[in-house]
Amino acid sequence: MTDKRTLKSWISHGIHKLPLSISCEEFEDFILAYLEGELTRRQKFIFNTHLKICAECRAYLAAYQVSIILGKAAFDKTDAPAVPEGLVQAILAARSPGK
Amino acid sequence: MVEDNVADLVTRLKAGEDAAFSELVYSYGPKLLKHAEQFLRDPSEAQDCVQEVFIQAFRKINTFRGEAALATWLHRILINACLAHLRKRKTKDTLSIDALMPEFDWAGCRTEPLGEPLLQIDELIAQQEVREAVLLKIKQLPDPYRSVLLLRDIEGYSTREASEVLMVSIATVKVRLHRARAALKKHLEPTLLDVHT
Repeated sequence: MTDKRTLKSWISHGIHKLPLSISCEEFEDFILAYLEGELTRRQKFIFNTHLKICAECRAYLAAYQVSIILGKAAFDKTDAPAVPEGLVQAILAARSPGK
Repeated sequence: MVEDNVADLVTRLKAGEDAAFSELVYSYGPKLLKHAEQFLRDPSEAQDCVQEVFIQAFRKINTFRGEAALATWLHRILINACLAHLRKRKTKDTLSIDALMPEFDWAGCRTEPLGEPLLQIDELIAQQEVREAVLLKIKQLPDPYRSVLLLRDIEGYSTREASEVLMVSIATVKVRLHRARAALKKHLEPTLLDVHT
């Protein structure tokens, strides 16, 4: 396993040195701008090229995007808690402290 | 609440009708409390915050012109109140999310094991325990990261709006947002992925 990974790192290291090629670490720095649609055409090309050749980054980006969707959906689909009656009364009393 | 009913409620609030204030609290309180609990984590602090929001709303109701929906107006007061609470906290979050960041080897390659999705996203969302786990993991993020993530990904603020209410630069919002999302993804991996070891 370690040897396989070391070999992959050496191959990737060579590929990352090619023109218009980036490492996974550099890819990471582009993720937010990619999702925000802020990459230039050239940057987008570089980003997408890396995405095509790197299974790890594909899996990473997919899970990253799922987490965003899941966060929003989990919040939206969760029922709002009932406001404790004591809090309601405290709020209303604060409006008219003299009453 | 139906739009006509909201307009009627606002008129009654401006007229100082007691029943209208109760109606406002019962109608909008639960949703405001839900948002406050996610921002502040502490249920009792969230209740204090909601109380402050309504008191402010009662005082300012005559300045409400109806350009925004009543819910949006209350929501903005709430977000500002939650962020003020976070800023005032004496015990600052000392949690670090460094351990949740992706790792790379000497060649800049990812070192995390690959994973296959366990379930489709719709199947995940449908499970209450998954939804609860996701909200809990968001709550566990340190304050500066959680507040950015909530504003951007849940409340729908733009990066610029988030930078304004948080009083930090746009670049800081972007860095924190990416780190918060990466940390949440790492937190959720056991739920999302069947990791190849």
